[in-house]
Amino acid sequence: MLEIRNLHARVEGKEILKGVDLTVNAGEIHAIMGPNGSGKSTLAGVLAGRELYEVTDGEVIYKGRNLLDLSPEERACEGVFLAFQYPIEIPGVSNTYFLKAALNAVRKYRGLAELDAVDFLALVKEKMQLVEMKHELLNRPVNEGFSGGEKKRNEILQMAVLNPTLGILDETDSGLDIDALRIVANGVNKLRSTENATVVVTHYQRLLNYIIPDFVHVLVDGRIVKSGDKDLAFHLEEHGYDWARELHDPAEQEA
Amino acid sequence: MSTNAQDLEKLTSGDYKYGFVTDIEADTVPKGLNEAVIRMISQKKNEPEWMTEWRLKAFRMWRKMEEPHWAHVDFPPIDYQDISYYSAPKMKDGPKSLDEVDPELLATYEKLGIPLKEQELLAGVAVDAVFDSVSVATTFKEKLHEMGIIFCSFSEAVQDHPDLVKKYLGSVVPATDNFFAALNSAVFTDGSFVYIPQGVRCPMELSTYFRINSLGTGQFERTLIVAEEGAYVSYLEGCTAPIRDENQLHAAVVELVALDNAEIKYSTVQNWYPGDKDGKGGIYNFVTKRGKCAGVNSKISWTQVETGSAITWKYPSCILAGDNSVGEFYSVAVTNNRQQADTGTKMIHIGKNTRSTIVSKGISAGYSQNTYRGLVKIGKNADGARNFSQCDSMLMGDKCGAHTFPYIENHNSTAQMEHEATTSKIGEDQIFYCNQRGISTEDAVNMIVNGFCKEVFRELPMEFAVEAQKLLGISLEGSVG
Ligand SMILES: Nc1ncnc2c1ncn2[C@@H]1O[C@H](COP(=O)(O)OP(=O)(O)OP(=O)(O)O)[C@@H](O)[C@H]1O
Ligand SMILES: [Mg+2]
Repeated sequence: MLEIRNLHARVEGKEILKGVDLTVNAGEIHAIMGPNGSGKSTLAGVLAGRELYEVTDGEVIYKGRNLLDLSPEERACEGVFLAFQYPIEIPGVSNTYFLKAALNAVRKYRGLAELDAVDFLALVKEKMQLVEMKHELLNRPVNEGFSGGEKKRNEILQMAVLNPTLGILDETDSGLDIDALRIVANGVNKLRSTENATVVVTHYQRLLNYIIPDFVHVLVDGRIVKSGDKDLAFHLEEHGYDWARELHDPAEQEA
Repeated sequence: MSTNAQDLEKLTSGDYKYGFVTDIEADTVPKGLNEAVIRMISQKKNEPEWMTEWRLKAFRMWRKMEEPHWAHVDFPPIDYQDISYYSAPKMKDGPKSLDEVDPELLATYEKLGIPLKEQELLAGVAVDAVFDSVSVATTFKEKLHEMGIIFCSFSEAVQDHPDLVKKYLGSVVPATDNFFAALNSAVFTDGSFVYIPQGVRCPMELSTYFRINSLGTGQFERTLIVAEEGAYVSYLEGCTAPIRDENQLHAAVVELVALDNAEIKYSTVQNWYPGDKDGKGGIYNFVTKRGKCAGVNSKISWTQVETGSAITWKYPSCILAGDNSVGEFYSVAVTNNRQQADTGTKMIHIGKNTRSTIVSKGISAGYSQNTYRGLVKIGKNADGARNFSQCDSMLMGDKCGAHTFPYIENHNSTAQMEHEATTSKIGEDQIFYCNQRGISTEDAVNMIVNGFCKEVFRELPMEFAVEAQKLLGISLEGSVG
C-alpha cells in the first residue's frame, strides 16, 4: 500500500530525513519510535504533504501512485489521514461543521453523495461512542479550548468518521491519561481492517500494549536504523536509544 | 515562500471582475458647486422653500470647512468643483440583455442566488420590462400603509410628510456636523424615509430593495428613520451583489431616531467597486451614520458587512441619551488589494444605565489597510454606564495592515468598560489542517474567515447572513473558482 524509498527531506534548508525506507502493507500496524528531533513528525508531515518540508530525493508510492505528486487535500481524499501531534485550533468554526465539510469533501472526491445533516449526525454519534467523547465538544469551535486529551480524542473521532486507508498517528498517546489511552487505542483497534494500515509514532512502549504492532522501527537522525517486532519496543524502553544511535555511526558509514 | 502561502496570495489577489464602464446619457447639471447649482437641484426636485434654504445654509457652512484628513486613509485631492452634483442617468449603450453582460458578473449573481429579473436590474440592462417586478413591492407597500408605516423615497417624504421631515432632518446629524455631512446636506439627491408609528412593530425587514423605483446607489444619499414610542423596525441597506456605479465620490448620511422603548436595527452590506489591483477607479465612500436613542429603554443596533469601495470612511454611532438605552455596533470590514478602510463607531453615553456593545472584525488581505477607530464617551451624568468592546483583526499575507484606535473618554467614575483586542494571521497550519482533512484551500479560507466573523453574522437577518457569508468568500477568492 505504501512504499517509501530513500526519502530525503529538508526543513528551512536543513536536511532532516536522510534516506528513509519503509514498506507498509494493508492490514498492518507499524510503530515508529525514536528520540526527540529525529524526524518522526517530519516523516508524517511529508507523507501528508505539508509544504514546509521539501523533498529532495527518493519516492513514495501509495496505492500504486506517486504520493508526492498529490496535493494535501488529494492525499486526504485518497485516504491518507494524519492525526496531528499538535492539533490546530480554528476559532468560530464548530467541530461538527468542520467534520461535515471534511467528510463531504472526501465523499465528493470519491463520487459519493454528500451526507445530509441527519445521516451525518447519526454517523458522528456512532463514532463518538468509539472514543467516548463528550457530546458538547461537537458544538464547540474546532479544538479551541480543548484540553490536551480532548484534542487527541477529537483527532481519533475525525479519523473514525473519515475512515482512512492509511492512518498516521503522531504521538496520539502523549498527554492522554491511562483511561483515555485505552479508549483511544480501542478506537484504533476497532477501525483496523484488512483493507487499511496504521502507522503510529510514539515514545512509549505502553501504547503498544494496546495497539499491537506488526513492526517496530527506530528512527534516528533521519534514518530507520533498526526494524523488528514488538519486542524491539521493550528493548528500547529498557536500553534507551544510545545503542541504536551507534547503529548508524557516521564514521562507520563513511568507511 | 511555500505554495500554501502562494495559494493564499493568489486567492486574495484576484481582480474585481465586476466593474466596467458604460457610456451614459444623462440629464445632468453642469459641473461645479455654487448656490445656483443647489437652487437648481432643489428646483428640479420641486422642493419647498424651507428645504432649499436648509440646503443653502449647509452649503454656506461647508464652504468654510476643510476636508478631514485624520483617518488612516490616503487619497489624491478631490476637486469638488469637478463633480456634477445632479444627474438622472439614462443607459445608452448599456447591455441590451444579460447575454451582453460580463459572464463573470453573472456567475457572481448566480453564486449569490439572485433571481433573473434582479440580475438585469443590477447589471444595468436597459430593459423597460424590468419594472414589472415591482408588483411584489407594491403588495408590501399596501400592507405597510395599513399599519400606518411610512416607507418611501426621501423626495416623496419631503412632498408628502413635510412636518415629519422638518422635525427630524438634521436632528441627529446636524447639517454642519462634518465636511462630508455638510456636503451631503447641501446636495443630497434622494434616499429613504421610514416612519414607524407608536406601538407598531414593522412585520418585515424593510429594504431599499423593495423600493425598486429608487434602487441604485445615489451619490449623496439621505436616509431618515424614525421609530415612535414602542415601535420596532429592522432595515436592510445595500445588497450583496456588486453594483455598478459611475460616481467615484459617495457621501451618504443616515439618521436614526428611537423614542421611548423603540428599537431600530440597521443592517448594511456594502459591496461597491473597490478599484482594480492598483486601487484605480474605486469608489470613495465617506458616510455619516448616527442614531439617537432619544427615549428611555430605546435601542439602536448597527450591523455592517463592508467588502467594497476603494476607501471607506464610516463610523455608525449611537447617542445614548435616554436612560437605560442600548447601542450596538457589529462590523465586518474586509479589505483586499489596495483598499483602505477606516471604520468604527462612537458610543456616546449620556443617560443613566446606558449600555453599549462593540464587536469589530477587520480582515485585511493584499496590500490593503484596515483600521478600526472607536470612541466610547461616558458623560458625567451617565451613572452606571457600561461598554464592552471587542476588536479583532485578521491578516492574510504580510503586506497588509491592521490598526486599532480605541479612544475612551470617561467623565463618570461609576462607568464600567471592558476592551478586548486580538490580531491573528490566517495560519498556514490552519489551512494545512483543513487540507489534510480533504478540504480545499479555497473552502478552508472561507471557513476560517467566516468562523472569525461569526459573532457579527449572527446579528444579521437570516437571509442576509447567508448571502454575506458567500460574499466574504467571493471577495477573498478572487481569481480562484
Ligand atoms: N519549521 C521548522 N523549522 C526549523 N526546523 C524544524 C522545523 N520543523 C522541524 N524542524 C527540525 O527538524 C528536526 C526534526 O523534527 P521533528 O518534529 O520531525 O522531530 P520528531 O522526531 O517528531 O521529534 P519529537 O519526538 O520531539 O516530536 C528537529 O531538529 C526540528 O527542530
Ligand atoms: Mg514529533
